[in-house]
Amino acid sequence: MNEPIRRLSAVVLLLFLALMGAGSWVQFVKSNQLGEDPRNVRTLYKQFGSFRGPIVVEGQSIVSSVPVNDPFNYQRTYANGPLYAPVTGYYSIGPGRSALEATENGLLDGSADALFWTRLGELVAGTEQQGASVELTISAAVQQAAYDSLGDKQGAVVAINPRTGAILAMVSTPSYDPSSLAVHSSGESNRLYQSLVSDQTNPLINRAIGGDTYPPGSTFKLVVAAAALEAGYSPDTVINAPQELALPLTSATIKNYGGERCGPTDQITLLEALRVSCNTAFAQLAMDLGWPAVESMAANFGWGSGLDIPLKVTPSRLPDSPDAPQVAQSAIGQFDVRATPLQMAMVASAIANKGELMKPYLVDKVRDPDFRVIEQTKAERLSTPMSPDTAAALTVMMQAVVNQGTGTSAQIDGISVAGKTGTAETGLDTPPHTWFVAFAPAENPTVAVAVLVENGGDIGNEATGGKVAAPIAKAVIEAALANAAGGN
Amino acid sequence: MATVLEVSVRVGRRSEAVLLVFACAISLGARAFVDANAGGGIGASFGVYAIAVIALAVAAHMVVRLRAPAADPILLPAAFALTGLGLAIIRRIDFAYATRDRVTHFADTQEVWALVGIVGAMLVIGLLKDHRLLRRYTYTAGVLGLVGLMLPLVPGVGREVNGARIWISLFGRSLQPGEFAKIAFVVFFAGYLVSNRDTLALAGPKVLGIRLPRPRDLGPLLIVWAAALLVQVAQRDLGASLLFFGLFVAMLYVATQRISWVIVGLALFAVGAVAAGTIFAHVASRYDSWLHALDPSVYDSGRSYQLVQGLFGMASGGLFGTGLGNGSPGLVPYAESDFIVASLAEELGLTGLMAVLALYLVVVQRALRTAIGVRDGFGKLIAVGLGFSMALQIFVVVGGVTRVIPLTGLTTPFLAYGGSSMIANWIAIAILMRISDLARATATDAPLRGSTAAGLGRPPVKVDAAPFVDAAPFVGAAPDADTDTDTDADTDQEVTR
Repeated sequence: MNEPIRRLSAVVLLLFLALMGAGSWVQFVKSNQLGEDPRNVRTLYKQFGSFRGPIVVEGQSIVSSVPVNDPFNYQRTYANGPLYAPVTGYYSIGPGRSALEATENGLLDGSADALFWTRLGELVAGTEQQGASVELTISAAVQQAAYDSLGDKQGAVVAINPRTGAILAMVSTPSYDPSSLAVHSSGESNRLYQSLVSDQTNPLINRAIGGDTYPPGSTFKLVVAAAALEAGYSPDTVINAPQELALPLTSATIKNYGGERCGPTDQITLLEALRVSCNTAFAQLAMDLGWPAVESMAANFGWGSGLDIPLKVTPSRLPDSPDAPQVAQSAIGQFDVRATPLQMAMVASAIANKGELMKPYLVDKVRDPDFRVIEQTKAERLSTPMSPDTAAALTVMMQAVVNQGTGTSAQIDGISVAGKTGTAETGLDTPPHTWFVAFAPAENPTVAVAVLVENGGDIGNEATGGKVAAPIAKAVIEAALANAAGGN
Repeated sequence: MATVLEVSVRVGRRSEAVLLVFACAISLGARAFVDANAGGGIGASFGVYAIAVIALAVAAHMVVRLRAPAADPILLPAAFALTGLGLAIIRRIDFAYATRDRVTHFADTQEVWALVGIVGAMLVIGLLKDHRLLRRYTYTAGVLGLVGLMLPLVPGVGREVNGARIWISLFGRSLQPGEFAKIAFVVFFAGYLVSNRDTLALAGPKVLGIRLPRPRDLGPLLIVWAAALLVQVAQRDLGASLLFFGLFVAMLYVATQRISWVIVGLALFAVGAVAAGTIFAHVASRYDSWLHALDPSVYDSGRSYQLVQGLFGMASGGLFGTGLGNGSPGLVPYAESDFIVASLAEELGLTGLMAVLALYLVVVQRALRTAIGVRDGFGKLIAVGLGFSMALQIFVVVGGVTRVIPLTGLTTPFLAYGGSSMIANWIAIAILMRISDLARATATDAPLRGSTAAGLGRPPVKVDAAPFVDAAPFVGAAPDADTDTDTDADTDQEVTR
């Protein structure tokens, strides 16, 4: 019987060799392919299961990874989630990542090149991969003030330090809580995500930089005024300001707000035109200057270009070779002119910074797990849309707006505020978008703000930039100045 | 005294002791990693467990020293290491389930079963003085095997779990009588074949160049075998029917030395596999989920979910594994039983899987080596049956998980969660050790069977020690052991009668 037993043991050997071959096939040859299969949740665990660096505002972690006892090991938690959601975004096993959680992912999860040496150290020490912490330029007080004063209204606020471009506040309402998207159940987070996507108020869209860009309304007059000043006008130059401006090539006319006259006569100064936000004067002025002058000024402010702050900013738009009546419409921020709130804050920021536009940014520093600074954002000039003289002249004009013009509700005791209102028509049936862009203190600006409130906010058709948006800008400026005074 | 000591060294008791130290180290090391990485730290329970494991190893070793001093020194440590590793992995899976809000106590239960299994094995070694005594119970074993196999079909006793009706409830515990029936059938086949092998092989008409046995010789065998297969098909226990079929063909081949049986067997198997796939929807579905496991339509229907999740787990383990306690084995359904190999491969990697397969291979080859070494045909067939059934079982279950063959439910010996399998496999190890004790004590020493040498304890084993110590190839490796193929039939007659 021994011969068959020997043969049988050879068969057994073959059976085991087949098993070993199959094991090698699964665990070695096909290992990567199986690992990349979207149905393999282990890949999710690996991706979502490592310690992710925090996002920090003024030394406080607003987003952090907390150890938990489940297969993911860490739970991403968002302190004050809705307040910062437009900036931080979410980190979810369902819909994935957005905003800074997406753009800074490599740093946060530790896979970025900048963390190579850290990773090498971890490998040698046998410790798990740790992400870097990302410190923001956001000021908690300014952010909170903006969020609180927007309240239930739909809109956005951007506040910038005009000297550096550091973004002090970026708020978009309505917001959402990223914590609820970060739950460790893809079914639950996907369901919530779908409900946010289908929400009519679009809470997932960061209105400050993305989504639907808005007609800037009268705030665009700052761009036309800057072009005029650069073209040799002065604040005292007298320009035409009829009660109603008949447009060439068409029977349409441009009227002023409420159909009123801009002054006692049909002739007013440029300063006066901006102070009372005279539509007919600016429409005529733009036609006189010609579209190329306005267009190149706008382009210098940033229209037409995208930005990474590092969040992706939707480019603000200008009409493509408009005819004369379209130029007139565009001059008052209507027709096909569109702008993000960040773009309007950049306009204010450039005027405040003596004509130099600094590149806006959100990330101040990145520190590795040992708290060494591995990246530090330096202030960077984006462009110089105007001369210091033009900027100074515009500042005087904008102060007039706040002191005796359409923006009086932005006045702050003891502080000179420069600002401009905007009330953009959105159609016959919908209330206007209201704007206010401003900076302060006028003589030595430390903060530039743009406020947008969609569709009249809470007062509907009666809404104007001065009534709805200016008080919000005021609150934000006050918070920023108090913060600067306290901080420095 | 000195003589006894010298002899016991040669037969490998000291090797066994050293190997048991390794086995304890593997068991406790694995458990320590699990506790540290997944269980929130090594606590006092680890100390208790360590003492129990070491005490059990010492006790088992002592029993072998006293009752089977010439037994194969590798079987016990290998089975011990596999059991210890299995306990650690099952404990790890308890922790894995806990993180998914599922509270299980598989490890606690399995520790008791392992204890019962090892103690049971020691009882078998202690009480069964000679494996040839089992031959008296040839037909009893056949009947017991059939009854045990059929019990789950009895209403009120049997329980159906996941579509397979292979469980019975006993004293509030569930039992898989099929695991024990396997041993009973090995005894029956061995006893029957050894008595009838000559008539089976030589008498009977020749058809197409193949000599067929006379129906009256093959009858009882065919009845038991066919009944067993029918029962298993009725129970939808595909894995077990495959196992029994293979076991039967292998033992028939070894007993009759006729390759024609293997050809007939394989042909029948092919016909059966195709027929089953055509007739039974659940078999066809198994084929489908095997061949098209990653196909979204098959996966989404849930049929290949478990298999694919197991593959994902193994793939994530890669060459060296995630480390015990660091993977996600809890994602795979039945990670503690049918898919424990996937859990192991995920956390210990391909390296760990290879090591465990090698360990199994060693156990199986030691069993087959024992079959070659022992002189009586009954012992040979028992050792072959137990060894080959273990090999086939591992092939069916691991092959199912690694997609070599369609997935069928079978337990992984020693590793998987389940009391019946644990106890039955330890009993199998005990019987193998009992046979190997005789094989190694008598391999070169014919006079042992005479009256004089028997009383002097163990004979000197100079010559036989060598082939046992080297774990070398099996084919043609042991010139001493198979001196007389022709006289096999005689040798076994004379001892039992």
